[in-house]
Amino acid sequence: MNRIIKKLLNNTASLIGLFLLLVFVLIAIFAPYIAPPMFSDPYQIQRMTWDIEPQPPGFPMSEDMRFIFESLGKPITRDRAIFGTAQGGYDIFYGLIWGTRTAFRVGIITVAFSMLIGIIGGSIAAYFGGWLDDLLMRITDIFLSIPFLVAAMVLTTILGRGLNKVMIALIAFGWMEYARVIRGSILSTKEEIYVMAAKALGVKDYRIIILHLLPNTIFPVLVQASMNIGSMVVTAAALSFLGVGAPLGYADWGQMVSFARNWIIGAPGKAGEYWYAVFFPGIFIVLFVLSWNLVGDTLRDILDPRLRGEL
Amino acid sequence: MLSYIIRRLLILPFILLGVTFLIFCLFSLLSPMERLATYINNPSVLKNPQAAQRLIQKYHLDDPSPAGYIYWVQSLLRLDFGWSPTANQPVWEAITQRLPATMELVLYSIIPVILVGIWLGVISAVHHNDLLDQAIRITAIIGWSLPTFIFGLLVLFVFYGILGWLPPGRLSTWAQFAVYAGGNFKHYTHFITLDALLNKRLDIFWDALTHLIAPIITLSYISWAYLLRITRSSMLETLRKDYIRTARAKGVEEKKVIHLHAQKNALIPVVTVAGMMVVQMLGGVVITETVFTYPGLGYWAATSAQQLDYGSVVGFALLFAFMMVIGNLIVDVSYALIDPRVHLE
Repeated sequence: MNRIIKKLLNNTASLIGLFLLLVFVLIAIFAPYIAPPMFSDPYQIQRMTWDIEPQPPGFPMSEDMRFIFESLGKPITRDRAIFGTAQGGYDIFYGLIWGTRTAFRVGIITVAFSMLIGIIGGSIAAYFGGWLDDLLMRITDIFLSIPFLVAAMVLTTILGRGLNKVMIALIAFGWMEYARVIRGSILSTKEEIYVMAAKALGVKDYRIIILHLLPNTIFPVLVQASMNIGSMVVTAAALSFLGVGAPLGYADWGQMVSFARNWIIGAPGKAGEYWYAVFFPGIFIVLFVLSWNLVGDTLRDILDPRLRGEL
Repeated sequence: MLSYIIRRLLILPFILLGVTFLIFCLFSLLSPMERLATYINNPSVLKNPQAAQRLIQKYHLDDPSPAGYIYWVQSLLRLDFGWSPTANQPVWEAITQRLPATMELVLYSIIPVILVGIWLGVISAVHHNDLLDQAIRITAIIGWSLPTFIFGLLVLFVFYGILGWLPPGRLSTWAQFAVYAGGNFKHYTHFITLDALLNKRLDIFWDALTHLIAPIITLSYISWAYLLRITRSSMLETLRKDYIRTARAKGVEEKKVIHLHAQKNALIPVVTVAGMMVVQMLGGVVITETVFTYPGLGYWAATSAQQLDYGSVVGFALLFAFMMVIGNLIVDVSYALIDPRVHLE
């Protein structure tokens, strides 16, 4: 373990990745201070104006919006959209800051649950073998036969809009890789002498799996998981972009990008007028994914002895 | 060899059955009434409870799952996928009409994936740790981290918004007119670029091509960025093998060592990954077509999903799952043909 941490800190790429991750964690933790919510539901992106058209960075809150807050007797803690507003007057800065929390929630929950399902399925298949193994692996094959994004889109459409539905869909079609990885490593470990000894001593099967096999085989799965957090967040964002993900106005990066979709080309003669509508959300998503990829890439190199000192 | 192919072909129907069953399970999460709505083109029927009940029974939508599944598969075999309100035509018709556009996009995207991915991968490995290698690797990592929908919007922003070169859609209005309303434009393959060439209409060919380039770049870049990494590490491994050292020691030209001796063996694992990447691109079709409003299956599926047009979405998923299963089969078989070690397993 120490060796791994040392490697992570020694490698420039993974150091950049870890630093970026730290920044994102801080943004997520201190979101209420960076962008104080003005509504009771902080995940509802605040609107700065009723205008449909995106407004440039530094746009001050419109008069009629100000009037609403004043008549409700609520203090206006932020009256400028630092990054501009997206389609519908949504404050881009606010959406991105609170969207960081959404990203972590989606990434960690989906990866944790799909990893759990994969570990349970994969270790049962590998440990018991025989027809159970065949059955479970054929089920895995079948789940892998639908392109991930298509499957997630279908399930979210059927379940209905909402972030929880998106997460269910991502978990339902995201567990197969873990199952395969854990199955492979348990198959090669279960013939080891210490496992045989435990069996001979009459240790119960589930205890052997949990106490003896998993601790020795789980590391590759964790690496896989760390690399998948970024891609899960991207898939969730892609679903929002397609219009089947988070509900309208929810602080979610994918939705911020989908707001920009209709404006990307700009008015005739003023190409790129609304650059900020896609630039800021894009930067957040890309850096988030990049940070996980950099860390995961290094972990994978450490694990793969063939490439040691090579990449 | 033959037995391997036959074995794979024998498993095929079971996988297809499994996939249809999985999609049926997803479909069954909907209530019978919602499922009924996917079969009729006249929503007013749903307001009449008796008529609706009769139809639910006719389509066996309230049967317990096993029986319901058999009836559903039977209706699929009759190509009765229901009605698509989004396309305002039967789902099967909507699929067959849009399939050529999507196939044109996917098939052309294979070219950059294989050429650029493998070519850059080999260069990167040969110039190991040079500036060139570093630059290629960094581009690949950044490309790997750029989600398709953001990359697509960037391409659209630069090449259409600012430069005005690569417009979205599939054809300009004048060309659409010439192709679909003109009368003397013959559709041989339904691939507009090919048809235009066969009709000797270079202007239409050029128009279709400018509409295709941006979606092709968007759809393929993740795949070639990935392929590049695989090619690079496979090439690096091969270059350190003894037979390469022998060849060099015997004084074989460096170019020959790389292209004749190393590349051939290094590319064996790359072939499977390349095939897999091409199959994986199917998932990106939805986003790419949506970004560029390219009138293929993916764009239609995304619009249907937004409008809760379940029949279309399920039909689309079935088709793509079938395409993926067949694609994987082709990849596996061709890999077995290339690498004789495979069919021993």
